[in-house]
Amino acid sequence: MLNKKNKTYYVCVFFFCLFVLFLYGPTFTIVLLSFQGPDGGLTFPLNGVSTYWFEELWRGGSVVDIGSAFKRSIILGVIVMVLTVLLSVSAGLAFRKKFWGSDTLFFATVASLIVPSIVLSLGVALQFRLLDDFTKWLGSTFDINYINEFFQTTLGMFTSGLGAQLTWTLPFGLLIMFAVFNRFDKSYEEAARDLGASPWKTFKEVVFPLIAPSIIGIALFGFTLSYDELARSSQVMGAGNTLPLELKGLTTTVTTPVIYALGTVTTFVSFSVIGISIACYIWLKRKKG
Amino acid sequence: MKFLKLKPSVGLLSIPYSLIFIFFFFIPLILTFIISFWDYNEYSIIPDFIFENYSYIFKDCLNFEKDMCVTFKTYLSTFIFCFITWFFTLIIGFFVAYFLAFYVNSITWQIVLFLLCTIPFWTSNVIRMISWIPLLGRNGLVNDFLLSTGLVDAPQEWLLYSGFSIVLAFVHLYTLFMIVPIFNSMMRIDKSIIEAAYDNGANGLQILWNVIIPLCKPGIVIGSIFVITVVMGDFITIGIMGGQQIPSIGKIIYVEMSYLQLPAAAANAVILLALTLLIIWIMTKMIDIRKEL
Repeated sequence: MLNKKNKTYYVCVFFFCLFVLFLYGPTFTIVLLSFQGPDGGLTFPLNGVSTYWFEELWRGGSVVDIGSAFKRSIILGVIVMVLTVLLSVSAGLAFRKKFWGSDTLFFATVASLIVPSIVLSLGVALQFRLLDDFTKWLGSTFDINYINEFFQTTLGMFTSGLGAQLTWTLPFGLLIMFAVFNRFDKSYEEAARDLGASPWKTFKEVVFPLIAPSIIGIALFGFTLSYDELARSSQVMGAGNTLPLELKGLTTTVTTPVIYALGTVTTFVSFSVIGISIACYIWLKRKKG
Repeated sequence: MKFLKLKPSVGLLSIPYSLIFIFFFFIPLILTFIISFWDYNEYSIIPDFIFENYSYIFKDCLNFEKDMCVTFKTYLSTFIFCFITWFFTLIIGFFVAYFLAFYVNSITWQIVLFLLCTIPFWTSNVIRMISWIPLLGRNGLVNDFLLSTGLVDAPQEWLLYSGFSIVLAFVHLYTLFMIVPIFNSMMRIDKSIIEAAYDNGANGLQILWNVIIPLCKPGIVIGSIFVITVVMGDFITIGIMGGQQIPSIGKIIYVEMSYLQLPAAAANAVILLALTLLIIWIMTKMIDIRKEL
């Protein structure tokens, strides 16, 4: 059989190890380089070992206001995560039966993953620009003081930015729900119903505990994809940039290891979130068992 | 009072999700299409119905005596990136999935190794791109190695900010899009089919070619769609890894937007979207996506 430990097996193991090295190697090098001494440059060899570049990053020396971009990204990530979980779980429940428009919605879900992000970003930006024009028109036509004096734009991180990111995270959430319900044993649910539980109680006491580990997965996708999202966000964030957008700008301007220090910090945040999620997943699975 | 007794349909739970897609997916795309026929000046966009935005894109494209027009050149370069990236992600993705599905016996190890492949997907793409700089740069590790072994006399400039580094970054970032659907297809293959082929005297290569690959076709198609569309619309990877020197359609749209030439950007977006959909349409002719989840 295939799983016999023959020559092909070792070739495959070797190939897989190379692939993992290819995946993680480069990130590892920038983590290494971010701990250089003050004389360090963008490439090897390492010039001493220190946390100088992290301090530099903390001071905000050569870099734009990274601290607030970081904070904004985390806040947006958490909001996207919560909405992704709520909306995709409820839509997932709806999709267990056919409903009016379910095929169109499924099409939109898949299409949203495939539409070039820059096209969607442009579309949302256009929409909010028209919304702005319309609001200003309302203000001047009906002489609404508040609009005329204070209104600037509807474009912003928690309006257009949030929406654009949801079109990227929700499809992952719904597809995970599909995968969950395709393998879901309905007999537990039917038993609960037969014993007289209401639909809400059935969900709370039976379905939810069974799908809880997968919801952790959806939350993980929601947060990390938002936290690192760049292409869809590029035109719709309004005044305040998120961290990836600032980072992209820095790639052309910063020539010191401070950018590696920033890379190390964001990668650390991502890895922590992934680690916590995996721990929660395992804990929930154990509890259930 | 009768309507109060109607049982609320579970389908209603999809409403919040649908609203997001109506407001942030359907309407924006429709508006993009409409505005691609509008006029504009330096400050504003003007409702109109003109074809200038489109004719400008294909200006000089049908004049075969001159060089190829910018638009065709850009698309050609994008198609080449698509093809090379598709080729490498498919080969690498297939064999990684093959290893995970058929050579790793315990479920736990399968999950652990699969996660190992997935984790980078949840980290920052920009960081993963710039992490090639210390390796491929003029004074990078690769050049150091090549120089010290005497394979080359001078640092190689084509390693970074070139077509090579762009493809490398694409493969680095998006091989996962191949691994996941192909692995999914492979896990559905009934092991007894392979057993039967083996018992009938097929060797490893024959099993791979005649049994496994045909059964993985849906996974291969889904993975290919993802990889090709993501490369088609890219402007960030090509921008950063190409040192802002290599054109892409996404970049054209991005630049036009920054000059507030929104209807021109919209026209480019419509063409890009139409081409992308055409490619997907051809590919989905081969499979039913919904069955594969």
